[in-house]
Amino acid sequence: MPTAADYIRILPEIVLSVWGMTVMFIEALLPPGRSRKGLGVFAAFGAVAAIAATAYQAQPQFVGFGLNQMLRVDHFSVFFHFIVLFVALATILMSLDYLPFQKIDHGEYYALILLGAVGMCLMSSAVELVLIFIALEISSISSYILAGFRRNAAESAESSLKYFLLGSFATAFFLYGVALLYGATGSTNVFDIAATLGNAAHIEPLAYVAVALIFTGLGFKVACAPFHIWTPDVYEGAPSPVVAFMSTAPKAAAFAVLIRLVIDTASPHWFWVIWIAAVLSMCVGNLGAILQSNVKRMLAYSSIAHAGYLMVAFASASNRELGISAAMFYSAAYAAMNVGAFAVITQMAGSGERFSQIDDYSGLGKRSPLLAAVLTFFLLSLIGIPITGGFFAKFYVFSAALRTHLIWLTIIGVANSGMGSYYYLRLIVRMYMFEPRTETPTPKVQLGMGLAIAISLIATLWLGVLPNAILHYTQGAPTILASH
Amino acid sequence: MNLSTLNPWILTLTTFLPALGALLIAFLPRRDRDIRWFALAISVITLLVSLHLPAHYREVAPAGSGSFAYEQNLHWVTSPNIHYHIGIDGISLWLVVLTTFLVPFCVLASWKSIHERVKEFFILLLLLETAMIGVFIALDLFLFYFFWEATLIPMALIIGIFGHQRRVYAAVKFFLYTMIASVFMLAAIIWLYAQSGTFDFTELQHLLATGTIALPGHTALWLFLGFFVAFAVKVPLFPLHTWLPDAHVEAPTAGSVLLAGVLLKMGTYGLLRFNIGLFPAEAHRNAPWIITLAIIGIVYGALVALVQPNMKKLVAYSSVSHLGFVVLGIYSFTQSGMDGAVFQMLNHGISTGALFLLLGMVYDRRHTYEIKEYGGLATPMPVYATLFLIITLSSIGLPLMNGFIGEFLILSGAFQAKAIYGIIAASGVIWSAFYMLWLYQRTFYGVITNPINATLPDIDVRERSILWPLAVLALIMGVFPNFWMNSIDTSVAGILEMQKRAASATAPTVSTFYTVFK
Repeated sequence: MPTAADYIRILPEIVLSVWGMTVMFIEALLPPGRSRKGLGVFAAFGAVAAIAATAYQAQPQFVGFGLNQMLRVDHFSVFFHFIVLFVALATILMSLDYLPFQKIDHGEYYALILLGAVGMCLMSSAVELVLIFIALEISSISSYILAGFRRNAAESAESSLKYFLLGSFATAFFLYGVALLYGATGSTNVFDIAATLGNAAHIEPLAYVAVALIFTGLGFKVACAPFHIWTPDVYEGAPSPVVAFMSTAPKAAAFAVLIRLVIDTASPHWFWVIWIAAVLSMCVGNLGAILQSNVKRMLAYSSIAHAGYLMVAFASASNRELGISAAMFYSAAYAAMNVGAFAVITQMAGSGERFSQIDDYSGLGKRSPLLAAVLTFFLLSLIGIPITGGFFAKFYVFSAALRTHLIWLTIIGVANSGMGSYYYLRLIVRMYMFEPRTETPTPKVQLGMGLAIAISLIATLWLGVLPNAILHYTQGAPTILASH
Repeated sequence: MNLSTLNPWILTLTTFLPALGALLIAFLPRRDRDIRWFALAISVITLLVSLHLPAHYREVAPAGSGSFAYEQNLHWVTSPNIHYHIGIDGISLWLVVLTTFLVPFCVLASWKSIHERVKEFFILLLLLETAMIGVFIALDLFLFYFFWEATLIPMALIIGIFGHQRRVYAAVKFFLYTMIASVFMLAAIIWLYAQSGTFDFTELQHLLATGTIALPGHTALWLFLGFFVAFAVKVPLFPLHTWLPDAHVEAPTAGSVLLAGVLLKMGTYGLLRFNIGLFPAEAHRNAPWIITLAIIGIVYGALVALVQPNMKKLVAYSSVSHLGFVVLGIYSFTQSGMDGAVFQMLNHGISTGALFLLLGMVYDRRHTYEIKEYGGLATPMPVYATLFLIITLSSIGLPLMNGFIGEFLILSGAFQAKAIYGIIAASGVIWSAFYMLWLYQRTFYGVITNPINATLPDIDVRERSILWPLAVLALIMGVFPNFWMNSIDTSVAGILEMQKRAASATAPTVSTFYTVFK
């Protein structure tokens, strides 16, 4: 029988599910044509409530396994809950005026974000491969639908379909891997698997195949090379706030799963896989981004590159404390700055997302100085310039890598981050050093959007200037992970 | 109130006052006049506050080498172990003051020439000031890198937004050159941290000197080069200098002044403080080729300056030549050479800064830097011509002017190190007289060839108030160098002593040449 503590360990998920279904229900009752903005505000409160639930759940007495060892609440899961929930909140806020503007004002949108967040939260706390799979499916399915939400636009449909087809393949790979891993170890519990693989004198070849398949599935979700091909097309077509959401929240959740698996199932088998994926992602991402003329495609490649930097942190997970906390910190910083950047892109998009070429940003510094300054800040953070979270995150990742003697990986990473500065800079140059193309109007920033930008801005600045508290928290995570 | 109670906080105050000012400007309404006055007020207050540093320096001056005045060491991040550790010695003291001294003139120089996006301009200028001061006071390598990178963005934006025709190209080139070079420094810094668990400069210096940090094989060399590349691009040392002429020519006047006056000094300061401070033995071992590059820079910069048809480019290349002197002085590893190098950093800040200000004034009138457009300017603009001459003489190192002291000390250091260095470098002095005086002759003497120039107004009160202090200072520094030299000499002796101990090479007898001027 589940105890009360068990329910508290899934309290954020319960809150989100109930809230999401309520949104669906109200949506059905509302007459068509009526503004759904109020519903969006209601959904935003749902995200806030889930954040509160996570904070409640983070108390020491609830740390531990729940629901028959299927999930585990610890520093680690709480941290990723916060990332996912803040991203969901910011996404809902920035969509409040975007949806009516694009004439796709449907309440399901908010429900899908909340329900997707359920899956992502669950991914970060689940320690049972079957539960992880279910969580992955919940998060993926809502993302597929959200990607196609601008259903009148062909590219949005293309985005959704591509994401769905390739995503289903990836999930199938993952599931196949889970099955094989069960065959090899006789368990689907991450901790049991770790114990079996750790103690076995001889490891079944089947386990290697399983690991490779699972990595393929998760590699797709985090968009690391060589499983990245879908990213630019999907990001280009999907609605901008959805891209803000799905380039950060599901990614963070998938990384959380990866961390659990890497750390808790005999990590040496993973090392070279991760090393190669890291190098490939950084190089493919940065080189690909240089060639783009569309801002969303550019940031899609940039997100591949950032997945690569995160992989560098994994590769250094032989030093648990450093590797894991670097990966966690990076996930948070990346979520903050990328959501911020996409918030500005959403604001700029124009009806039918007409204005998403780099050229459309010409002279933004003159047309709306504040918006340009904010976007510049996020881009500088993506480059990794001081006082931003991106700088500290990158610094922390590379220092973790050097601590574990990954000299070549560091050099490749550092060189990549120098190279990567070029394409972000190109956008900054466009905004400030080119004359505005006067016909492009910039709409006024509404309250919801302002809040979304403010949340990301404060988070990015906070992570860059006063990272101490967060670092302390992430550094506490591995010790808890280890004690099983 | 006893002013010395300020001591622990004075550096922080000096550093962040401009940033605070920038923040306040962001909230001011877009009334250009108010913003200009406000920026001027902030920069002057910063200057006044920073004057506390030399005024009380004697009281708090560090006794031995490797210690710093006005130190402040606060916890910033627990793990990684990062501190807000700041402090200055006799070298950084004057570089900080140089920075705070030049910024008000930059504000004044931009009074009329910047008339679009005034708010953004002054925000960037003041942010740049904070970052530049930060570079000179940081004693924690992470903090140093933090400020070092932070100078990049405001400067690139100042060039790219407010510059001339090819500004975007120049800004991007500037950014990429420095960014790519400094990531190698970042890698070296992180490597040191990974080995030692600290970013603290003094601690690292101690650990490296005692051999507590193991440097297997060629590691020391690679680390040295990691730092060196970042600094050499900034200086800029000979083959890495190509961004400089572009950046200078395209930058607005204030940008050029700070670029030449302060940003280039960040490179030479880094060479002195970090390259030699952390890896003295490697520095000594690599000195020959570095000096060779410096000397090539001196001669090459001068020769290229000679043939420039564009005044601003001429001055830009002269910077390559002058900074070659500074690097030569530093790597001569002699007391007089290093003393001279530090003094020359200040001189170059004053005289080249003033030259860019002068060129900016004539550009405001004619919107061209082409030398052939001018000629006979002494007739319509006599005051301007006089001031230009004083600064020119300072730049070419006429005795009694500041440039002389610096070049003389550097050359005497170079001769002590190896006669051939001194001989070739000395030719640079002749070249510099050649290109500067020729420039002066073509621009100011003779009859007015271009009728537009006949009616040019002479410089007004604002412009005079910019130039006179600089010209007078150039003279004072030439006549009473000891005022600056006392503190510089002690700190340089400390660095040199540490280097000698580490290099344990056959040390040439140190003759304190500067006693000549005592």
